[in-house]
Amino acid sequence: MQVADKRMTAEQVVAELRSGMTIGIGGWGSRRKPMALVRAILRSDLRDLTVVSYGGPDVGLLCAAGKLKRLVYGFVSLDSIPLEPHFQAARQAGTLEVSEWDEGMLQWGLYAAGLRLPFLPTRAGLGSDVMRVNPDLRTVASPYPDGEEVLAVPALHLDAALVHLNRADAAGNAQFLGPDLYFDDLYCMAAERAYVSCERIVSTEELASAGLPTQRVPRWMVHGVVKAPNGAHFTSCAPDYERDEGFQREYVAAAKDPDLWAAFVADYLGGDEEYYQKAVARRPVEVAE
Amino acid sequence: MSAPAALQVTRADVCCVAAAEAWRGDGEIFASPMGVIPTIGARLARATFEPDLLLSDGEATFVTGTWAVGTPPVGAAEAGIAYRTVFDIAWAGKRHVMMGPVQIDRYGNANISAIGDFFRPTRQLLGVRGAPGNTVNHPTSYWLPRHTRRSFVAAVDVVCGVGYDRAAAAGPSARRFLELRRVVTNLAVLDFATPDHRMRLASVHPGVTVEEVVENTGFELVVEGEVPETPVPVEEKLRLIRVLDPHGARFREVPA
Repeated sequence: MQVADKRMTAEQVVAELRSGMTIGIGGWGSRRKPMALVRAILRSDLRDLTVVSYGGPDVGLLCAAGKLKRLVYGFVSLDSIPLEPHFQAARQAGTLEVSEWDEGMLQWGLYAAGLRLPFLPTRAGLGSDVMRVNPDLRTVASPYPDGEEVLAVPALHLDAALVHLNRADAAGNAQFLGPDLYFDDLYCMAAERAYVSCERIVSTEELASAGLPTQRVPRWMVHGVVKAPNGAHFTSCAPDYERDEGFQREYVAAAKDPDLWAAFVADYLGGDEEYYQKAVARRPVEVAE
Repeated sequence: MSAPAALQVTRADVCCVAAAEAWRGDGEIFASPMGVIPTIGARLARATFEPDLLLSDGEATFVTGTWAVGTPPVGAAEAGIAYRTVFDIAWAGKRHVMMGPVQIDRYGNANISAIGDFFRPTRQLLGVRGAPGNTVNHPTSYWLPRHTRRSFVAAVDVVCGVGYDRAAAAGPSARRFLELRRVVTNLAVLDFATPDHRMRLASVHPGVTVEEVVENTGFELVVEGEVPETPVPVEEKLRLIRVLDPHGARFREVPA
């Protein structure tokens, strides 16, 4: 008997998703986002999604395509460009249901779901408007004689998690080679089904050559593996590539004007992933400023 | 040979030193600045009077040494500080952040999330980020490069960073570790060293009057007796500021 082969395509991942699902998207801001899987969702007829994210352009693109019903987040940012234009527009139009939490609460909610606990306690959020704008949040009194009453962050159960890592094997052992795992393992643990896209699918032996501390998303968390070279573009995927700052600037400029945005969508999002990657490759190389 | 000409002191230089002073006495904690002048301030603090401070490269690594803003660090990596360990160190209380809110009120409630009604904001900003957790877990200071009635307001639109009144109302668990250290602006240094923790004018920058600060503050400031002047940087610090910011990035926040 062989270990299960979990390789699949982005289209097969999306075919397992349903409208109305709660989907966690890994990465952080404009860093190592599973953009190829997000682009596959943009091409689908999925709608009314609830997304949990340390938000970046994943959130922006899904907002622009009208895919979101609700967003659970602590921030949405493009890092080198602080504010995400499509997210801003959706918020200012009042079209998005939101749960804006302290970003540490997000980690706690994912971890609670992964550990099958109803909540995890924290001080983060107490006294702030997080309690006012999320009236469903509750505090819990310590059962010990310390007089503390802290915030009970509810478990954030995900129907599916989408993350992008540097390498994986066919069985779903996945590896990050950059500076930060972010919360990708917690997303996978919190999800009914976790899908990992990666730059390259390699042998298990090759994974191990970079050292076990990089193998933080093991196969017991993972249901599907998708080969997606340049699949985090235009976010960073160090050390394979840095953020495409020129493309990100083009994205932001286009987002601020309906005609430019229509052209951007036609140019880059008018076909499949191969269409996108070819359009990106055709862009003129920027001369350093 | 004549003595070298004295370096000219700008308002931005005064702000850098005032920001650095926020971390005085902090010892071996993570100094976490947001913005150019707070970043210069934290590095200045470590290079002069707080050598044990931990500073990050802004990505996921603690680094040693002194390096200019906008350039990669030159010192050794001394430990990792991946995002989830930022929450560890913050919730353990071993951190002092200087954040840059768009609004702040008399008790230090601070807004980085959105302007207007939260549910239909006129301008969406970043979101609350880690401000709620930071403020109730470890010392927090603030940097506002434009001290105006639009930023110093009677009530902030979204309470992200928790102020003294809100923490007290939320109970002992919110109040236990709350410590708002200082607020640095282009005009003055303010703190909460009053019996009921209302904001107090601690010092005015050289060339700024008390009236000017009061006029640009949208709530009643505590002003006690003769308000001192914010210290002017000594020659050593002026030289260091020029090493930390050779291309004048600080003047984008506070014009010369």
